[in-house]
Amino acid sequence: MELKLRGVTKRFGSLVANDHIDLDVAAGEIHALLGENGAGKTTLMNVLYGLTQPDEGEIEVDGRRVRFRSPKDAIDAGIGMVHQHFMLVPVFTVAENVVLGREPTKPFGLLDRRRARGEVQDLSNRYGLSIDPDAYVEHLPVGVQQRVEIVKALIRQANVLILDEPTAVLTPNETQELFRIMRELKASGRSILFISHKLKEVQAVADTVTVLRRGRVVGSPPPSATDAELATLMVGRDVELRVHKEPAEPGDVVLVVDGLVVRDETGRIAVDGVSLEVRAGEILGVAGVQGNGQTELCKALMGLLPVDRGMVAVGGRDLTRASTRAVLGAGVSYIPEDRQEDGLVESFSVAENLVLDVYDRRPFSSGISLRPDRVRDAARTSMAEFDIRAGSIEVPAKTLSGGNQQKLIVARELSRETRVLLANQPTRGLDVGSIEFVHRRIVANRDAGSAVVIVSSELDEIYALSDRIAVMYEGKIVGVVPPTTPATELGLLMAGATSTRGEEGLPGEEGLPGEEVSEVQPA
Amino acid sequence: MSSELADQAEETAKSEDGPPSPATGGDGRPGARGFTEALLDAVTSGNTVTVTVLAFLCAIFLGGLIIAFTNTTVLHAWGNLFSAPGKAFATAWDTAAGAYVAMFEGAIVNPHAVSAAFHGGPVSTVFNPLSETAVNATPIILTGLAVAVAFRAGLFNIGAASQFIGGAMIAGWIGFAVHLPFILHAAVAVAGGLVGGAVVGGAVGFLKARTGAHEVIVTIMSNYVMEYLLLYLLGLTAFRRPGNPNPISPPIATNAVLPHLFGSTLRVNVGFLIALAAAAAVWWVLNRTTIGFELRTVGSNPRAARSAGMSPERTWIVVMLLAGALAGLAGAAVVQGTNFNVAPQIYGTYTVDSITVALLGRASPTGTVLASLLFGALRAGGVTMQASTQVPVDIVTVIEALIVLFVAAPPLMRAVFRLREPRAGGGEQLEARGWGG
Amino acid sequence: MTVASASVVAARRTITVERRVVIGGLLVVLGLLDALVFGYLSPPGHAVFSFTLTGAAVSVPNLSVTPRPVCVALGALSCVIGAGYVGFRLSRIARRVAAGVCVAALAVAFLCWADAGRIPLPFTSLLSTTVDSAIPLMLGALSGCLCERSGVINVAIEGQLLTGAFGAAVVASAFGSIWLGLLAGPLCGVLIAALLGLFALRYRVDQIVLGIVLDLFASGITAYLYDAALVPFANRLNSPATFGAYKIPLLGDIPIVGPVLFDSTIFLYITYVAIFAVQVGLFSTRWGLRVRSVGEHPTAADTVGINVNATRWRNVLLGGAVAGIGGAYLTIGSVGAFGKTMSSGLGFIALAAMIFGRWTPLGGVAAALLFGFMTALSGVLGTINSPIPSDVLLMFPYVATIVAVAGLVGRGRPPKADGQPYIKT
Repeated sequence: MELKLRGVTKRFGSLVANDHIDLDVAAGEIHALLGENGAGKTTLMNVLYGLTQPDEGEIEVDGRRVRFRSPKDAIDAGIGMVHQHFMLVPVFTVAENVVLGREPTKPFGLLDRRRARGEVQDLSNRYGLSIDPDAYVEHLPVGVQQRVEIVKALIRQANVLILDEPTAVLTPNETQELFRIMRELKASGRSILFISHKLKEVQAVADTVTVLRRGRVVGSPPPSATDAELATLMVGRDVELRVHKEPAEPGDVVLVVDGLVVRDETGRIAVDGVSLEVRAGEILGVAGVQGNGQTELCKALMGLLPVDRGMVAVGGRDLTRASTRAVLGAGVSYIPEDRQEDGLVESFSVAENLVLDVYDRRPFSSGISLRPDRVRDAARTSMAEFDIRAGSIEVPAKTLSGGNQQKLIVARELSRETRVLLANQPTRGLDVGSIEFVHRRIVANRDAGSAVVIVSSELDEIYALSDRIAVMYEGKIVGVVPPTTPATELGLLMAGATSTRGEEGLPGEEGLPGEEVSEVQPA
Repeated sequence: MSSELADQAEETAKSEDGPPSPATGGDGRPGARGFTEALLDAVTSGNTVTVTVLAFLCAIFLGGLIIAFTNTTVLHAWGNLFSAPGKAFATAWDTAAGAYVAMFEGAIVNPHAVSAAFHGGPVSTVFNPLSETAVNATPIILTGLAVAVAFRAGLFNIGAASQFIGGAMIAGWIGFAVHLPFILHAAVAVAGGLVGGAVVGGAVGFLKARTGAHEVIVTIMSNYVMEYLLLYLLGLTAFRRPGNPNPISPPIATNAVLPHLFGSTLRVNVGFLIALAAAAAVWWVLNRTTIGFELRTVGSNPRAARSAGMSPERTWIVVMLLAGALAGLAGAAVVQGTNFNVAPQIYGTYTVDSITVALLGRASPTGTVLASLLFGALRAGGVTMQASTQVPVDIVTVIEALIVLFVAAPPLMRAVFRLREPRAGGGEQLEARGWGG
Repeated sequence: MTVASASVVAARRTITVERRVVIGGLLVVLGLLDALVFGYLSPPGHAVFSFTLTGAAVSVPNLSVTPRPVCVALGALSCVIGAGYVGFRLSRIARRVAAGVCVAALAVAFLCWADAGRIPLPFTSLLSTTVDSAIPLMLGALSGCLCERSGVINVAIEGQLLTGAFGAAVVASAFGSIWLGLLAGPLCGVLIAALLGLFALRYRVDQIVLGIVLDLFASGITAYLYDAALVPFANRLNSPATFGAYKIPLLGDIPIVGPVLFDSTIFLYITYVAIFAVQVGLFSTRWGLRVRSVGEHPTAADTVGINVNATRWRNVLLGGAVAGIGGAYLTIGSVGAFGKTMSSGLGFIALAAMIFGRWTPLGGVAAALLFGFMTALSGVLGTINSPIPSDVLLMFPYVATIVAVAGLVGRGRPPKADGQPYIKT
């Protein structure tokens, strides 16, 4: 089956998630869609699966124009999808999940479990999936669950299979297994649309590659292209963000992280032996593609996730098992990744949000009694100092724009004595003006003597702020390099291309010069 | 489309940044617009106050229909609808209006008593309806606060009855078994009621914090556990009135009785002041203390609370202690203020009443007090209504249920009255959640 | 199998081992309770069980036992079973049987102790009352299962029982037909369920609040109508006939079991059918698979073309009908006339039974029977002048449920999407 996308455009408000995308998937090929998080890959796939309606553009299947109003239309047209979050009922068996919606039955509507089991077994055998139809999905490792999703698509006669970041949740062995299955499927004449941001995987398995950046197709390099070429296309550097800053004057080591091992909520090891030292008056940028353990690292430092092994200390004080309150009390300021979920109480006023983690300290309270006048005074000062644009200090935080919400959090965290500033994606989704403001503040905080850790998946931000750059990949720090390291080198480290490199920094000669980067990118 | 995707789309839309759009930028400051315009806006948009008022009117209307069409005279008149249509409508109106007038007379003021007072009758009868309203409202205020305060911390306290019983048992026991001087005795008994309720409520908070047991299930079950515990205790010699075959405690000592406020002819007593003071205290705790700040933060966004160094688990225990104490006070107020003994069924319908007033009052202390006064008035008026018009008092329960049903579904009210969606912040709806949350 | 899956399996095994030890240990404790507490503390004298119901065709001789050796034997049995539970990996059915036997042994030991030296204990009548008082609980629990398995919390069971009881009594009385009453009960339950569906599914009101408000509404409206219409016109509107017992040939003649299980009103037989239908329906049919998928993962159900809200609507209405039948039992199946707030919390015990039975039909039914037994027992202990306060026994269902949700003994797991409205855009 042949699939063609022509000029597909999808907007969310003023954000263009997909900007006139053209894509051709031939029968029997593995087509990789490569791009960073937020490049618009998932939106495109949702359009293709009938979960979202495109604003413009058309889809053709075997030369026929089609419109998918719901996943059912897409399924009927022979498109199957394996979502990032599996659409499986955990308490059902594999067979039950696979046949759901098209169940074989006996008289009286009784389920024909034997037939269901047989159908799953057949497909499993044919493609070497080794799935037990009677196993309960919740007991299966994610790799197997993913294969169940594939069977679900196959049993519905899918000719085009969309795999959305399928390797994100897999172990290396499981990934190899998945690739083998993908090749088998290809051999049977099916097409696969493989969405990924991992270069090595794309090179390993894809026949064709399309690179997406900021909602646009920026190139279709052959899969034989080098890591560097792919990384440059994918990461790009189109906005120059420069913050004026003096060279760092690092003082004593303030933050020490040693051999830290942390599990995420599901029990998977997310941070795997991270060791870092950050000095007063320097900014350490933690670069890396999202989902490589950065969030768990921050949460563990803040006492929000338990530490499995290793040690965290601030100013010589062991905080490995300390409560969040104790960590805050030790002078750590924290700008969380998800401001609306972790950083703010949206129904609270601006003033209340400004004291969210200092409400129990002087001068905002004495004993158990809050002092609203002091809270208000401080709020007025902060609003002016940090240029928070809100109707008044009494309006709920949810009425603020994203930029102003973030400024509010920054104001709160920087308005007190800080020894360590920990900021996770401090400028995500902000406009250029707000980004600049936040960056200036962070640098000022460094100059005031804090040890600053910035976690970001935006290379521009990493370059703009960092005095040293640590790259995180699969829970490990795979390199600590100076900020003069070329973007392509960094991109390679981030993509896990050179996980064996040490901490010495990288020679720059194999990277592409910046000018070539801007050539590939449409104006 | 999947809900996940909707979230995603929404998030994308939210995260895009830029200057505040004119549509939202100038809002929230009605001063910028004319007062009339603001007023009109408040009425025609389905905001909180409008929805509450309309819900009340709707419930009264439906209640009136029920009253009218269960009356034999009305049904008879409607049987002759085509021969005498005017009479059909008139009798229906008269029946419903008559019932509501009687209710008003029982709850607020009775004109006959006023005119009688002018002609030398007792003045106290003029104020008797209001006194009865206050007496009926007292335990509802206190249990309503118990629900409201828990609600602010994100917990659903369906255990007002259990905490009430805890309070009533201790207050009652101190009342009849201990001998103390006047004032002190009453105060100690009230304090005992507070502690008794707090223990029952705190146990729920502790279970939730330690094991994650869903507080809704635990509180529902605890109501019945405490009801049977009460029955059991009333069967013991230590609790039973000597020489009485019924399960009823001895009367409490006169020293333990809460004094009347306006002489012995009006039942309103110090309990009502305790309820109002408790409401003020709850307001203070919620808005002016660090505990209240934690409580509201945990209730609004537990994740942000954790990030800010708070402990939701600790807060759950604290808030359930507080809620239990409030409901326990209600138990003390009833035992020491109106009943003067402990008997089965003393917990009345406070579980449901407390939830309905807390919902109606949007979980704020002021709102809860106002809603409780409304319910107290309905209760007091309902008794008079039944006595003078033979309309069963249970219509009050129906009206209460209807009010809350309508208040809980602003979209319904907006649809019925063709109101606009309110601007940001208004018409809040309870967020639905499951056993898991 | 990959390394990861092997480790998952290993993790599961350790959990099972822990649970086996905890539950097995609990069974041993029950056994010790039988032997030491009930056995050694029982007063002198025989415990006598009478098995013949008054007016029964078959007469069974009384059984007289000496409590102590019986209790010790029962205790030993429980200890052995408990040890076996820990020591062997029993199959699911064997585990259930083991736990059931130990609970039954505890009940018998308790009865021996309670009746020692007193008048004969009417054993068959105890069981028969157990089943009778469990009928509305079982139907209520099934109603809860139907709703919650599709993802709608049903706290309105109490209201559905009450309106069902009301409707059945009034219609049966007014039309002089108990069969029409039997039809009216479920219809009235459906009425409350329709309100539940409307506000929960259409207006997305919090379902717990909603259930409580609907209970309030049902108690208010039935109490009002009772005073306004049923009291003045009691002869015409509130004096229904009741269903008599129908003995199933052959089965009904079996000693003890027959009079308890096969000589009852049509309601018990309807309950059997409902139990079978809900259990098989939910777990062995296409319909059930779809219902459960909607309650667990509505998005997944939606992507394979299942209409989430339509499924929920159907189940909510069906649940209302089932609870309505339970309500009808309260009037035309038992006492006849409707009385104010006559459901008196049965709906909440049914809810507790469903939760205690871990959201499964059979579990709910077993819990309902256990709770019914407690009710029956409290009555019987009164008749034999036992010193055990009945209030403590009546407390049991609620304490058991608290213990269960606190996870002290095998915590149940509600459907994942229970109580969460599905928003389709």
